Amino acid sequence: MSSYSHPARRRHLGDKRLIQMFIIPTVVLLILMNVFPLIYSLYLSFTEYSAINPTPPKWVGLDNYKKVLSDNLYWHNFAVTGRYALISVSLQMIVGFGLAMLLKEKFKGSGLLTTLILVPMMLSPAVVGAFWKNIFNPSFGIFDQFLGYSDPNTAPEWLGDPDLALWAVVIVDVWMWSPFVMLLSLAGLSAIPDYLYEAAAIDRASAWFQFRRITLPQVMPLLLIAVLFRTIEAFKQFDLVMGLTGGGPSLLQGTQAVNVTETVSVKLFRLAMPPQAQTGLSSAMAYVVLIIIIAISNLYIRALNKVREG
Amino acid sequence: MATIELINVEKKFGPSYAVKPMNMTIHSGEFVVLLGPSGCGKTTTLRMISGLEAVTDGQILFDGKDVTWLHPSDRDIAFVFQFFALYSHMTARENIAFPLQAQGEPRDSIRKRVEEVAKMLRIEHLMNARPGGLSGGDQQRVALARALVRRPAAFLMDEPLGALDAEFRESMRAEIKRLHIEQNATTVYVTHDQIEAMAMGDRVVVMSAAVVQQNGTPAEVYHDPANLFVAKFIGSPGMNLIQGHYADGRVALPGDNRYDVPADWHTTIHEAIGRDGDIILGFRPEAAHISASGPIATTVYTTDLHGSYTMLHLEIDRDTIVDVRAGRGTNYPIGTPARFDLDPAMVRFFDPKTEMAIRKGGNP
Repeated sequence: MSSYSHPARRRHLGDKRLIQMFIIPTVVLLILMNVFPLIYSLYLSFTEYSAINPTPPKWVGLDNYKKVLSDNLYWHNFAVTGRYALISVSLQMIVGFGLAMLLKEKFKGSGLLTTLILVPMMLSPAVVGAFWKNIFNPSFGIFDQFLGYSDPNTAPEWLGDPDLALWAVVIVDVWMWSPFVMLLSLAGLSAIPDYLYEAAAIDRASAWFQFRRITLPQVMPLLLIAVLFRTIEAFKQFDLVMGLTGGGPSLLQGTQAVNVTETVSVKLFRLAMPPQAQTGLSSAMAYVVLIIIIAISNLYIRALNKVREG
Repeated sequence: MATIELINVEKKFGPSYAVKPMNMTIHSGEFVVLLGPSGCGKTTTLRMISGLEAVTDGQILFDGKDVTWLHPSDRDIAFVFQFFALYSHMTARENIAFPLQAQGEPRDSIRKRVEEVAKMLRIEHLMNARPGGLSGGDQQRVALARALVRRPAAFLMDEPLGALDAEFRESMRAEIKRLHIEQNATTVYVTHDQIEAMAMGDRVVVMSAAVVQQNGTPAEVYHDPANLFVAKFIGSPGMNLIQGHYADGRVALPGDNRYDVPADWHTTIHEAIGRDGDIILGFRPEAAHISASGPIATTVYTTDLHGSYTMLHLEIDRDTIVDVRAGRGTNYPIGTPARFDLDPAMVRFFDPKTEMAIRKGGNP
């Protein structure tokens, strides 16, 4: 040990220095780009402030949160998001898992088919939104044609009808993201060893019994992960809505006009950006969304751990 | 308990045989071991009996009933897999209850039967554990319990001890044998371990290269191997086989040794190869005994001490080394000469051309 010469030691950096040199830039960047905005926006959520106004933030305590949580106008956006997330994620799970069950057995061309099914997932949501806007168009879109409506005057106006608009967004989201659920399900299904089914066949289990007692529990961890990812994404839904409906159409609810597809993220965007630029209020709303997402994620992760450990 | 019959059962993968047409009857309550090196078709045979693998030709009968094309679940069998095949997401109790639940039996009777079987296998304390948390031996006990719980007509076991540590293997061997005796269930047991086969089987079916080489009791396959393969494969070490030339009651062996063939063999040998011809002399290590007046002269090549006995490796000539069992009392230094004689009741002869045993009264 003492035979190490000192000059040699000085020329090289110690492990500790090296580690610090690699980590410090990352940490600094993280603090500047993530931690600081997070804390600063938390502060702003307790103030009345507009980013385009020279007036400094004015402390208003919980007023913003009270407004977000009690005003029907905002409550509507949460309700839309919740309904959207529930319907969309459920459908994606059913369609995605169904597709995975069909594609589980290899057949000629199944690889190509799987790849083709994955294509929607790889497109930009802005592009998908623009395309489906045309597809849903009652006068020249193919969607209504497929459904058998040839007369544009009687064909349903998917994006303009307050009863249908949210479903239209759901349909596009399901089209785009069911493949993701399928991919995760396929990974889960193909990881189930064949011998479990052999053992079950010997144990005289019917196909349904095997599905319920072996297939489902074995893929459950991956299904939960798919649900978790898709729910978080659904709660953040912004780009598809902006591309398809922009949050509309409007509907008179009591005395208030509400936008039927205006998700929380769309509302946030409107609040935060000019002309409204209500920075304080939108920060509060963003924090409410963050807390909801953390809460849901925790529930899922708990469920996941329960499935894993039993 | 079922009698299982295989009639010209074969399995082909493409043009090559995994199992060439074979006939076999496994009597009710019998413990039959399919023994052979890996790739010999023994597991394929077992899987065909179970229905997990389809036959390409032939018939399988259970108690005279054709089950060749029945689904495994319709054959009333239990299968014990080499790697346990336990349902990893279920506890031991749920695993054992699975076959009964699959049949929709009432909850109470399932609970009772599961406890009964758990007690039989002494795994009551493991019932709430998941397979991942159990040792290999305990996992296989759970798998055995799952097989037993339904009281099937036959047990099929595919190297059930193959994945276990040596210490578990010995005790599990005894447990399975005991279970078989208690249940008196028809059992077909696949293994590549000839010691296991000899210890457990009522009957041993030796397979090699997709063909049944011999079907007999452990004593028969050990003492009267049907051919050179069985002679070499059974026993550790296998039978000593020395190339020689037979003429007029004597076999000329390497190293200018001569062995006088016991007189009761002469006719048989003459019928098989004539009065003059090549022959292979076979004997088990315990059939030879060191004796100064013995007819076969050798040099001690090396010796292994086996605790209760010593195994001598004796060099007859450069190409021929035989294994001879000796008491542990005497010391045999390497390089010293040693002569041995053979127990006339325990010598066997093989025809080098057909590789088949020459047997008194012909081959059965």
